[in-house]
Amino acid sequence: MQERVKGDGGSVRWRWRLAQTAVVAVALVPAALIVADFLRDALGANPIEEITHRTGDWAIRLLIGALAVTPLRRLTGWNAVIRFRRTLGLLAFTYATLHFLTYAILDQGLFLQSGVLGYVAEDVAKRPYITVGFTAFVLLIPLAVTSTKGWIRRLGRRWTALHRLAYVAAALAVLHYLWLVKGDQVTPVWYAAALVLVLALRVGWNRRAATPAPRAEVRRAVPAESGS
Amino acid sequence: MLIRKPHDIRPSEITDEALFLNRRSFIAAAAGAAALAAAPGVLRAEGLRALVAPRDDELTPLEDITTYNNFYEFGLDKRDPSRNAHTLRTRPWSVMVEGEVQKPKTYAVDELIRRFPAAERVYRLRCVEGWSMVIPWLGFELNKLLAEVQPTSQAKYVAFQTLHDPEQMPGQRSGVLAWPYVEGLRLDEAMHPLTILATGLYGKPLPNQNGAPIRLVVPWKYGFKSIKSIVRIRLTRQQPPTTWNLAAPNEYGFYSNVNPDVDHPRWSQKRERRIGELLRRPTQVFNGYGDQVARLYSGMDLRRYY
Repeated sequence: MQERVKGDGGSVRWRWRLAQTAVVAVALVPAALIVADFLRDALGANPIEEITHRTGDWAIRLLIGALAVTPLRRLTGWNAVIRFRRTLGLLAFTYATLHFLTYAILDQGLFLQSGVLGYVAEDVAKRPYITVGFTAFVLLIPLAVTSTKGWIRRLGRRWTALHRLAYVAAALAVLHYLWLVKGDQVTPVWYAAALVLVLALRVGWNRRAATPAPRAEVRRAVPAESGS
Repeated sequence: MLIRKPHDIRPSEITDEALFLNRRSFIAAAAGAAALAAAPGVLRAEGLRALVAPRDDELTPLEDITTYNNFYEFGLDKRDPSRNAHTLRTRPWSVMVEGEVQKPKTYAVDELIRRFPAAERVYRLRCVEGWSMVIPWLGFELNKLLAEVQPTSQAKYVAFQTLHDPEQMPGQRSGVLAWPYVEGLRLDEAMHPLTILATGLYGKPLPNQNGAPIRLVVPWKYGFKSIKSIVRIRLTRQQPPTTWNLAAPNEYGFYSNVNPDVDHPRWSQKRERRIGELLRRPTQVFNGYGDQVARLYSGMDLRRYY
């Protein structure tokens, strides 16, 4: 608010802050709906399963959304969109945390029943879909911690390398979904396709940046190229 | 005839539906209280523990039994069957009983209902996915029907088949499973007095999403063995194919007896969530019906024949 006295620049900054707040508010609507549905008993016969599914879905959607920011920026030339990348990433981490806590505490009964830590440890160690899901969650923790301006400055180039882990986490999250479904593969396959698209765009650009005269095979790997 | 009902669920334990609807809000309140009490120390307090502690084998509310269904013929989400199964026409309906029998016959379902008076059976239902319910079925013992058609000495298995009609069952347009849904039992399993053909629940005719007009219920096996909306029962010499076994043979065996010691390859079967309860409870061997059925499998390696 105080920046408004500076004139146009301050006003733009203020609007960006408003936009950030709006993104956060919209992204938290699914969480609010879970609470609302819980209070009016509208989560169905197995509310814990429903909460697990909803938080997991939104974690993956927001993570892919965060990874789509850079391709979107390059496709559209809209540079300012980069300001939303961290916000989306942190929102994805928020839902991933809720998802993990729902699984550990509500679903498995950690802290509510004795001996549950053993069940959770066994799940993480023995069930591949839980192993990869848990790994994806753990990988997101250092990314969330180092998402501040201070850490970006301190880590410098290493920050970029570290945050490539977001791709690994997203891939593991999609694998987690693919491996847990019984019969219905449709939704996780869509997520996988979206992730592959986002990754392919990135790889295509990086290759093009590295080699000034792209070879034909690279050209084919970049769907957007024919249009540009 | 000696075993009318599982000894641990008596008809006198059946409680009025309305009471169970109340119980649901009670559990929601308890879960809410637990969620609000953030500190683990508070949650360990005896009072709260008692509040969320499982009570033994109370009936699952009708609303949950009829809105939380795996019936892929009407959609993959648990709520889909309750929304979509109205397209199923349950009359006229006939059930063909054939194969290795002396007297093959096609029965109108109403004839079956008249001929074999329905009795109430309160059974636990354990889904392979790790949840369970307690359901008051109405039905009759399958052995009564089999006795009437007289299996030949060659009959070793019983194969069951669900209706195949994508018009009435829109889920059959997707290739998620091989349609029609088929299931099977060994003849001694089919003849066991706990094995019933159910035509109702909670004292009323079966809702479509629960497998109307007639379905199998085998309470010591995972729920997917209890095939719904049956049109054909065939006695065979060879072990018949079963749908989930065809879809994933390493995950779903022909027997599929409830067994906490044999995990599903992808998840644990040691515990289950009783629908309506917060905390998981231990899963029982043969879903708690071991006294009645364990002898069917004496000498069998249940890890191999999962």
